[in-house]
Amino acid sequence: MEQFSLAIPDKAIASGGSAKFLSRGAAVSLLLPLAFLLAIGFIYPLLQLAKISLFNPEFSLDSYRRLASEPLYLLVLLRTFLVAFCVMALCLLGGYPVAFAMSRLKGRYAALVAACVLIPLWTSVLIRSYAWIVLLQRNGIINSALLDSGFISEPLKLIYTEGAVVVAMAHVLMPFMILPLFSTLRSIPKDLAHAAFNLGAGPFVAFVRITLPLSTPGIFAGCVMTFILAIGFYITPTLVGGPGSMMIATLIGQQTTVLLDWSFAAALSTVLLVITLALVVVFRKVISLNKGFNGVN
Amino acid sequence: MIGEKVALRGLRKSYAGITAVERLSLDIEAGEFVSILGPSGSGKTTLLTMIAGFEYPDEGTISVGERNITRVVPNKRGIGMVFQRYALFPHLTVADNIAFPLKMRRQPGGDIKTNVAAALELVQLSNFAMRYPHELSGGQQQRVAVARALVFRPPVLLMDEPLGALDKKLRESMQFEIKALQQNLGVTVVYVTHDQEEALTMSDRVAVMAGGNLVQIGSPRDLYEYPRNSFVADFIGKMNFVPGRIVGFDKDETVVRASPGGLLRLKGSTAGARLEQSVQLAFRPERARLVPKDQARPDAFEGTVAASMFVGSHQMYVIDLIEGTRPVHIQAEAGSATRFSIGDKVDVMPDRAHLAVFPQAEVR
Repeated sequence: MEQFSLAIPDKAIASGGSAKFLSRGAAVSLLLPLAFLLAIGFIYPLLQLAKISLFNPEFSLDSYRRLASEPLYLLVLLRTFLVAFCVMALCLLGGYPVAFAMSRLKGRYAALVAACVLIPLWTSVLIRSYAWIVLLQRNGIINSALLDSGFISEPLKLIYTEGAVVVAMAHVLMPFMILPLFSTLRSIPKDLAHAAFNLGAGPFVAFVRITLPLSTPGIFAGCVMTFILAIGFYITPTLVGGPGSMMIATLIGQQTTVLLDWSFAAALSTVLLVITLALVVVFRKVISLNKGFNGVN
Repeated sequence: MIGEKVALRGLRKSYAGITAVERLSLDIEAGEFVSILGPSGSGKTTLLTMIAGFEYPDEGTISVGERNITRVVPNKRGIGMVFQRYALFPHLTVADNIAFPLKMRRQPGGDIKTNVAAALELVQLSNFAMRYPHELSGGQQQRVAVARALVFRPPVLLMDEPLGALDKKLRESMQFEIKALQQNLGVTVVYVTHDQEEALTMSDRVAVMAGGNLVQIGSPRDLYEYPRNSFVADFIGKMNFVPGRIVGFDKDETVVRASPGGLLRLKGSTAGARLEQSVQLAFRPERARLVPKDQARPDAFEGTVAASMFVGSHQMYVIDLIEGTRPVHIQAEAGSATRFSIGDKVDVMPDRAHLAVFPQAEVR
């Protein structure tokens, strides 16, 4: 399941460095093309980003000062993290049962559920977001169904709210939660649940005491994936969210394409990146405090 | 003694139309060590799974003591189990693993401490209480699994090929430890294995399974000396088979002409045997003598030494009989005066008292 972690775990380095199989030189030369690509396609732009945010054209911290002094921007930043957190939580709550069921199913049923999880992943985010507009708009499917059945007399305001953004984003990001969870749950030996039953635990206790703690690596991977993807989400919040629920990606987009304030956009991006990295580090620390997972898988 | 008797009555279980266990009945005494021995696919694991309660039988009943547990959920059965791969909880320490069944039984904290300590003492792992399972060797993990399964003093302990993952030396010492532990506690043990040597060494009785049926149950000596059919004969220990034909009955003797030559008189009449019936003569490698081919012997098979192996305690000879029959293995004392070399013409003289005959059709 480590493939879902962002940082390379120490273990992988230790076993990957088996010089008997691959000489150091050979290993380095295999890594070079990707390293080169990363350098020019990722690291260089990132450095440029930092540079633009700091030099305009002379060194100045104006952009950061503006960001810090204007409550509106901090509010957008805060809202972004809040929405991302809600999306993550919703994905976890909705995705865990699905991943759990998937890990227990066999053959045809497993393939069917896997297809249901994966096919949306291959559909454009744009299409999926528009689908939510169809569902949520004033005279959309949900409102008309509720009106027809007499539950409400006035259409509800569903679209262009933060709630709509959270639900739509959770839908889009759900596979990124389900897949790592599934891979972890599947790797937990079935014997362990049997052993827990045998030793006197009912299904619920066995789940809480054994399966759930053992699936923490998958929960971590899924949460980090969905949270980080949610922070940088652009299309869905723009389409489904209203002006009152602006998220940081939309703000950065506005700054670069409409207001052409690249320096400020770069400052926003840098702050976002730093906070995200800090959160990942904290998250990982918290998880690794919980001992014993080294032994799993 | 904590053991209770186990009674299986007419158990049947099939998966998607394929029968795994076929109307099986078995009575196990309190404190008895019974092995279920069989090749893979014989239904032995299904049987164990039903006793543990992870599967319910299609028909039949299971009871422990006077309690019918056929439909009781596994967590209310109170039966201990050691899993094939130990199934220790990897995120819990050794002590917490062993404490788990006690916590499930809501024992007070002080009692749990005492009981865990006693269980660790029992398996000689007191210094490992705070370790995690992955920090232990295979044998140590095995012992933790045993301690965890016994700590709540279950009347019955199920073991599913518990020693399969260990190397030979460790396996032998663990066999000894498990057996000693079982005798001390007096727990009833149902031990599933495909290793006949393991089953013979440890068990009070061995139940041989094949194709979902109980083929034979008896003491290890019974099974070895008096296999009921050729399957058991072949499965338990080493057995030589030589084809032949019944040519006569003489008083209480059956006369068989062996294909590689030799007219053998077997004590006792074989039930259902007919004249002219094709049969298999069966004898153990240590129940025959090898003599140089120097004179005509009517009650011996002629053969040629094909291989000779030194096995430490004895010398094993492989003898080719006539073409088309399996070579036979003959075991001779290592210090025996007569030595044979490859190519020597020999006579194989089976010990009449230990010669068995099985109908031809039964031999696979």
